[in-house]
Amino acid sequence: MKTQEVVIQPGRSEKHYWRDLWRNRELLLILSMRDVSVRYKQTALGMAWGLIRPLTTMLIMVFVFSKVAKLKGDPGIPYPLMVLAGITIWTFFSTAFTQISNSVTLNSNLVTKVYFPRLLMPLSSVAVSFLDFLVSLGLFILLAIWYQFVPDWHLLLVPLFVILAVLASFAFGLFFAVINVKFRDIGQLIPFIVQIGFYACPIAYTSQLVADERWYPIYMLNPMVGIIDGFRWALLGGKTYFNPQSLLASIVLTGVCLLLSVYFFRKRENSFVDDI
Amino acid sequence: MSVITVENISKQYIIDHQKGKGVNTLRDVVSENFRQLFGNKKDKITTTHEEFWALRDVSFSVEQGDRVGIVGHNGAGKSTLLKILSKIIEPTSGSVRIRGRVASLLEVGTGFHPELTGRENIFLNGSLLGMSRSEIRRQFDEIVAFAGVEKFLDTPVKRYSSGMYVRLGFAISAHLDPEIMIVDEVLAVGDAEFQKKSLGKMRDNSASGRTVLFVSHNLTAVQALCNKAFYFEKGQLLEQGETNQVVATYLSKVSRTRLLREWDSPEKAPGNDLVRIRRIELIPEYQDELTHIDVRTPMKFRFEFWNMMDSANLNLSMHLNSLTGECIFNVGTKSQPYGPGTIAGECVIPGYFLNDGSYTISVMIVKDTVTPLFTMEESLTFDVEDYREGIAWYGKWPGYVRPQFPFQIGMLEEAVK
Repeated sequence: MKTQEVVIQPGRSEKHYWRDLWRNRELLLILSMRDVSVRYKQTALGMAWGLIRPLTTMLIMVFVFSKVAKLKGDPGIPYPLMVLAGITIWTFFSTAFTQISNSVTLNSNLVTKVYFPRLLMPLSSVAVSFLDFLVSLGLFILLAIWYQFVPDWHLLLVPLFVILAVLASFAFGLFFAVINVKFRDIGQLIPFIVQIGFYACPIAYTSQLVADERWYPIYMLNPMVGIIDGFRWALLGGKTYFNPQSLLASIVLTGVCLLLSVYFFRKRENSFVDDI
Repeated sequence: MSVITVENISKQYIIDHQKGKGVNTLRDVVSENFRQLFGNKKDKITTTHEEFWALRDVSFSVEQGDRVGIVGHNGAGKSTLLKILSKIIEPTSGSVRIRGRVASLLEVGTGFHPELTGRENIFLNGSLLGMSRSEIRRQFDEIVAFAGVEKFLDTPVKRYSSGMYVRLGFAISAHLDPEIMIVDEVLAVGDAEFQKKSLGKMRDNSASGRTVLFVSHNLTAVQALCNKAFYFEKGQLLEQGETNQVVATYLSKVSRTRLLREWDSPEKAPGNDLVRIRRIELIPEYQDELTHIDVRTPMKFRFEFWNMMDSANLNLSMHLNSLTGECIFNVGTKSQPYGPGTIAGECVIPGYFLNDGSYTISVMIVKDTVTPLFTMEESLTFDVEDYREGIAWYGKWPGYVRPQFPFQIGMLEEAVK
């Protein structure tokens, strides 16, 4: 067996951090599996909950916006299908974001008792939301069949927006995860942010509704605008509104925030145990 | 070859003291800043920062194959040291070099999730401790057999008895195969039979050239397992060396033992106008050239006092209390008439009588068998250490006393083959 030497010093950022992270991929898998299998333990409906939540949200949105507020979807696309696409990607982002933000505090029993690259906690917490995302996507497919909607080559671009959503959830979640260790206020703040985001993002509507407004350029700075519009656009055969400029804003902002928050996380992770 | 080299390791904590301050929330921080902005100086909350050194300038090295026992009181820095070596906390200064694969066992069943089954938790805990999935799979049957939970593999561990839970946790860690093993106080758990099994397993491990660092309050276990020992006090490494020697130093330093109280003249002595105490003493008859009291040690108790009364029927009463204040026993002398002068009494607490623990002695001088004239609480304090022979179990011996009554045992009737 090859003998490895480890040096422990204050402020010494582990030289082999990323290699360590890769070596711990099995642990990542097991932690993800833990979260997934715990999710619906001792529930009568089990995985069905992953279906019920997006379905009811969609029905409410359809009722409120389409029947009551008489909001019109983009031409040629059934409104429920449009809303469900938005809900699917938004729910994925918001649950991933929430889980990441809480990942360190929820695993405090591990932080104080065992060493592993701390990034494993936020990384593994995404698995659950991805599973829910797949269920919700399945629901979308069923609805698409019902409306006899046939997608086209745009579908190939869907993974791009999904990946962007994951990166965005890390870009903001990691930052909150670190602050959450010291200030549990974050736990209270997050549902609030998610709720505001639901209306601030083009979920029940497309950005076309606000494209003529004076503040549209500022609106576009929300990285989720490009991601949600783009996801829906790719899923619905390019027939809904999508402004490539907003995608550019998403990529740039997500990239910068991601780098900053990974840096922040790495900087603070050694003191988690002292603050938790 | 030294596998662990520690150079001038220190760990500092800053403790904020603020009145009525509990949880750190954003609101506290914000409101405090507001107060400081708008309030006058009188309103200002006084925050004092106290520096606390959990470890200070600790240096040592551990050779390959050493089994090092780490002893010291609570808060001496033992666990902090183990956590630094396990990379869980970062030292404030200093450096550590470790060669080889390390497994840290700071808790039994780290990361066990109550909702998951025994099977799932074996994989979860195993990989947290650094085992690969193939390693766990290879040892799976052995782990299950060692823990004795075959029937409950697919039951969530929240339905396990606490004994099963601990056994499963220990069984996993016992099947780790590191070059260096760091263990914190895990032997304190589990039932007698299981402890025996675990200790055996730990011994096997060390026989194979593995380096072990072992923190325990149980000195008997340390002496049985370790060839070297470190003694920590207030974050500093006070002594290192051969186990028995270090343990002896530890016992002599940490015990709050007070075996003798003496006063030269009645003016300074505790008491009143009627009686004053002159001398209280406990004289242990140490065994095996020991310098500490263990369960075998007989002790002579001696008591002297001045009597200022012309004539009184007096008797002495001695209370032996546990550290928590429960009275273990009370013995008294006969009541007899005495004139003025010094009076002395003596009794023997036999060996193999008190269980291990900390005790205090209170004395009372009584007149006419009913009126206490003077009582001195906790006049003496002493510790009784554990001692066992031919017993492979290291759990806490139950009970207040540990007598050795003759207990006969023999075969009643041999079974016919």
